[in-house]
Amino acid sequence: MANKKTENGSENRRNFLRLGLMSSVSAVAGASLISNLATGEEKKASGEKVRVLTPDGKMVEVDAESINNYPEAVITPEESRKGIPDKKFVMVIDLSKCKNARKCVEGCQKAHKLDDHQEFMKVQLMQNNEEGSPYWLPKPCFHCDEPPCVTVCPTGATFKRDDGIVLIDNERCIGCKFCITSCPYSARTFNWGHKEKFDDKSQPYSPETQVPAAEGTVMKCDFCPDMLRQGKLPYCASSCPMGVIYFGDKNEDIVTNGTETVSFSQLIKDRGGYRHLEHLGTKPNVYYLPAVNRQFPVERGFDVDEEILDRYKDVPIVKEFKEQGKL
Amino acid sequence: MKASDTLINDLAPQKFGRKGVIWTTALIIISIAGIIAYIDQVIKGQVVTNMNDYALWGIYISNFVFFVATSFVGAVTVAVLRLTDNAWRTPIVRIAEIISVACIIMAGLTIMIDMGRPDRLMNLFIHGRMQSPIIWDVIIIPTYIVICLLLLYFPLLPDLAILKKHFSQTHPKLSKWYGKFSLNWTGSDKQKKIQLKSIHIIAILIIPAGFILQTVDAWLFSTLFRVGWDSTNMGAYFISGASVAGVGALVTVVYVIRKANKLENYITEYHFDKLGKFLVLTCLIYLYFNINEYVIPEFTSKKEEVTHLNHLYSGQYAPLFWFVIIGGLVIPIIVLLFKKGRKPLPMFYIGLLVVVGSWWKRFLIVTPTLLQPFLPIQGVPESWHHYFPSIHEWVITFATLAMALLIITFLVRYLPIIPIQRTADEQEATKTNKPLSS
Ligand code: SF4
Ligand code: SF4
Ligand code: SF4
Repeated sequence: MANKKTENGSENRRNFLRLGLMSSVSAVAGASLISNLATGEEKKASGEKVRVLTPDGKMVEVDAESINNYPEAVITPEESRKGIPDKKFVMVIDLSKCKNARKCVEGCQKAHKLDDHQEFMKVQLMQNNEEGSPYWLPKPCFHCDEPPCVTVCPTGATFKRDDGIVLIDNERCIGCKFCITSCPYSARTFNWGHKEKFDDKSQPYSPETQVPAAEGTVMKCDFCPDMLRQGKLPYCASSCPMGVIYFGDKNEDIVTNGTETVSFSQLIKDRGGYRHLEHLGTKPNVYYLPAVNRQFPVERGFDVDEEILDRYKDVPIVKEFKEQGKL
Repeated sequence: MKASDTLINDLAPQKFGRKGVIWTTALIIISIAGIIAYIDQVIKGQVVTNMNDYALWGIYISNFVFFVATSFVGAVTVAVLRLTDNAWRTPIVRIAEIISVACIIMAGLTIMIDMGRPDRLMNLFIHGRMQSPIIWDVIIIPTYIVICLLLLYFPLLPDLAILKKHFSQTHPKLSKWYGKFSLNWTGSDKQKKIQLKSIHIIAILIIPAGFILQTVDAWLFSTLFRVGWDSTNMGAYFISGASVAGVGALVTVVYVIRKANKLENYITEYHFDKLGKFLVLTCLIYLYFNINEYVIPEFTSKKEEVTHLNHLYSGQYAPLFWFVIIGGLVIPIIVLLFKKGRKPLPMFYIGLLVVVGSWWKRFLIVTPTLLQPFLPIQGVPESWHHYFPSIHEWVITFATLAMALLIITFLVRYLPIIPIQRTADEQEATKTNKPLSS
């Protein structure tokens, strides 16, 4: 029985993948299906049938035409623990292209109904050593393969799925905040008080969207599984005008930023990809491409609202820039 | 007969005087204020605290750690005094056990104050997962509460029977209660045998339980990737720190009770001298672990460690850090090394200093580390770079301290703090020059 399922799964996977995220390598035309999906330029009434994966893991056959209307089913907390079959999601962030446009932050905040200061994606101004030139580092949750946050959670409210994603069930979380202290990357945020938007139950709660949020519970970047189920990129990746954020499936060895689709392993190999604080052994699923051959000088990143700039005023390099009159 | 009558009169619980009433009323008022503040926190959420996404554990957690640490006094006095059968322990041990009971009960309560969703407490049992150190705490704290209560209770049995008789004329109601709790103690050989055996078992049990409790508490921190916590030193560091906090609290409470209940004949300068030596010993051991914690990392000078340490030596928490090291450790050691320093009054002040130092020490273990994450705190509001408790946090924390004192006060009011039977036996034994079996 189980065997048959796997067989089916792997047989069907190809189709789903063609449809979904990691498209263009196998797609004949070579065009990214993601952009097709986004613009709705899918083959019109070709009569072509494709098989897609429903949120509960079943394969269904649909007309290629109707893909855009893929039902946005609600994934209950129970279902959200399983993960999308046969996937191993991975993100690659190309630091050489980042200019702190903050579109990833904003896109993510809007989709997750976050407040101004609650950022799943934080952009940090880093400098590797005294001589090194500063660069911008967008930092989501790393969806570690050895996630300390999952280990320490006393209730299993934080959990790791088969597809690599680490999620939080805010209906189970007791708000002990132990997971926040355990995360070496400061990826987690806490809902300290009640907010009106928490009462808006028009959208049923799912750990995959984290909407509506709840008081006294933890939140963090979720890798946007609701989008992934629809074959779309996470909000941050699709919002970035520079195409800094690549997202994809390690099993298929493909990542895409929406315009360019590349082999994950090749990208890491060619560009010297690395993971943050590798020595901790947390095995992140977010990789960085070093900030070499920059497309923008770091100062371009200061082209933001006064208020946001103010939040960086204690960073040593910002102080230095101010002294030099570069700001 | 005459002698034992004065003994009972001296040692039986006494009604509070005016001071006692004022003291108790003040504690009750503070406790009520704290309960009101906590209800407000439950309604509004933890926004009423000054905690933020970085400094996400504040004085609620450090206060919890303080209570856990102080509750160690029961285990440590038993370990050091009861099992080695030190003769001077008799008037001290019960006070230590009372402090333990009060502190561990309050530790169990304070940890809940920090929970974002106290309404979901049951999830810990429904969905509990063994690999989380919090679950280890959930197991060991109730265990320790039970052991502490039993260790307080069993040795009380003969005294409760004495009190039943003593109060039968003057306070029949009270006498009835003592009678109920004395479990029909008659002092028969059979009863004595069972009692001694039980006490012995619990006295042995409390030692591993106490050590596990302190170690689990240390592991709450050392199992995490944080500079200042991620240290193999933590378990021993916490155990020795707990001995300091516990014995410091013991000295202070012993002094106050001695004064309030006029027990100068029973708790003498000799006892203070011994307690002083005990305290200085614990302080010296703790100093050793502090050197390990705060000086040795300077040698390898790992960047994160050094940033963290400099933050303590000269950063925003430096005044507190030096107060804790010098006031809470160095000065007590120096004073207590002198015989004059081990007289009751100086001991009281030193004890107080040690307790206050221990409380702030826990704060320094918890918060500064949180403000030194691996990836710098950037792009956040200015207030997230600091932490100082809000009014709500202070009121609630003071209330938990007041409640602990209230429990101690209540027990002191109704229990003979110095074991009557044992003291009588001891006096008998010294008269007849026979050694006393424990
Ligand atoms: S980055 Fe932090 S929150 Fe995300 S999986 Fe790793 S430890 Fe957990
Ligand atoms: S705060 Fe919630 S998710 Fe985090 S460890 Fe506690 S129960 Fe788990
Ligand atoms: S993956 Fe989704 S949740 Fe994570 S930062 Fe991007 S948009 Fe936000």
